[in-house]
Amino acid sequence: MTAADTHRAIEAIWRIESPRLIAGLARTVRDVGLAEDLAQDALVAALETWPETGVPDNPAAWLMTAAKRRAIDLLRHRALADRKHGEIGRESGDRGASVEERLVETIDDDIGDDLLRLMFTACHPVLPAEARVALTLRMIGGLTTEEIARAFLVPETTVAQRIVRAKRTLAEAGVPFEVPRGEERAARLASVLEVLYLVFNEGYLATAGEDLIRPGLCEDALRLSRVLAELAPNDPEVHGLVALMEIQASRAAARAGPSGEPILLPDQDRSQWDRLLIRRGLAALERTERLGAAPGPYVLQASIAACHARANTAAETDWKRIAALYDELQGIAPSPVVLLNRAVAVGMAFGPAEGLRLADELSSEKTLAGYHLLPAVRADLLEKLGRRAEARAAFERAASLTQNARERELLLARAVRAGQADSR
Amino acid sequence: MRFMMLMIPRGYEKAAAGTMPDAKRVEEMMKYNESLQKAGVLLALDGLHPPSMGVRVTFPGGKPKVTDGPFAEAKEVLGGYWIIQVKSKEEAIEWAKRVPGSENETVEVRQLQEMADFPADVQRAASKLSDLRTGSGA
Repeated sequence: MTAADTHRAIEAIWRIESPRLIAGLARTVRDVGLAEDLAQDALVAALETWPETGVPDNPAAWLMTAAKRRAIDLLRHRALADRKHGEIGRESGDRGASVEERLVETIDDDIGDDLLRLMFTACHPVLPAEARVALTLRMIGGLTTEEIARAFLVPETTVAQRIVRAKRTLAEAGVPFEVPRGEERAARLASVLEVLYLVFNEGYLATAGEDLIRPGLCEDALRLSRVLAELAPNDPEVHGLVALMEIQASRAAARAGPSGEPILLPDQDRSQWDRLLIRRGLAALERTERLGAAPGPYVLQASIAACHARANTAAETDWKRIAALYDELQGIAPSPVVLLNRAVAVGMAFGPAEGLRLADELSSEKTLAGYHLLPAVRADLLEKLGRRAEARAAFERAASLTQNARERELLLARAVRAGQADSR
Repeated sequence: MRFMMLMIPRGYEKAAAGTMPDAKRVEEMMKYNESLQKAGVLLALDGLHPPSMGVRVTFPGGKPKVTDGPFAEAKEVLGGYWIIQVKSKEEAIEWAKRVPGSENETVEVRQLQEMADFPADVQRAASKLSDLRTGSGA
């Protein structure tokens, strides 16, 4: 093995082992930020040692031992500093010792619960959304700061600062390393799901930049959601989110043409949909049904995605069922975006005039004022109704609002097409 | 990236029909499969009945010919496979190294071809292929 080979092997091992390593350490030192630092130290030690010695047979145990050794050094150093400052030596010494004992015990236990605690901590509401995303990808996704920065098209220093600040915030707020119970658990789980879906959508919709899809982020989000589904198997919304992502990801290859231009759902070549992911998505959805709870927002969105996945052709889509599911979604998670999607479904199920009526009702909605999909939906419905000049203007308006270069091209092309048909 | 890890157990080419792994072996494998699942990388897996229960279809002179197993000439046969989704070939190798393999077993790691790997003309031809895949419901 060359040094470069070893380096790549270490990266792979890190991706597999670091979440368990950080979670196990966090349980012991009760400080997620410190746990992450210790794990990073262990990584540095591996990078220094393994190219010489070769990769050890049990790299996970090696990393944990290295991290623990570092932790004990650190704790002794702190205890010493405490004594120097004339603080109660005995008590802090005891505490130091018990942490040392815990450190010795921490190895190869089932760390499932710790991993779940780690997810809940990384997604704590005390942190701003982008910090939750960065911490989650870094601590549970095993991504480097550089990889996160590349994925979100921001400078590496920005991500590094976010992570440092987030760790400090968690420590200052005294956020306990735990999975809360009862109602708070539900609220916090919702935050975890939100973070994972945000990561997925950043990959799937690529709100900014040249590329329509950044598949790496979708894969990371899916991987983490599958991990979460194993950690919290009785939460229907977790499986709902997995189902939603699996089914959406199944269309990734069909969503862009040869030169990267977006292809909308009805026009996609369904033979390019990934059957394996669809099957996994439908299985996850069945799991939610077996759990028997009233469907939450992710389960409903997954059910809608499943309607599309089950239709062999666009014409076979059960739009009435989709419109009904959007009604249900609006009932539990009302939002103008849901209403807009409902307008699309109603337009398909009951005719463009009815869809346009619903879309127009949203024109005074402030939260949709800068949202390119509102004029895009109106344009599509207007075009179907033969009101081509209005359709063209609406497509142009939509193009002026989107941040995605590929989407803008598509909307402008549709504007031109609508206009040309008008002059015929 | 997706990889298939192919399990090739030496001796399986001669295994009698209905040969199944023993309970201890299954338990070890289940533990490994669980670790793949818990890491969020497992997409699919299956075990295969021995070749003595299968057939081989060959095409001498372009015509199909069916031969019942076991296959005297076969030195390596498949016992099963996993499909995993990981970030790099090294990560796939790392997972393969963790298979609780025994002396007689080989795990071959192969990357799945994705549509995006092909040039445009091959993609067009391949999209017809995946029509067939859709049709079979696979």
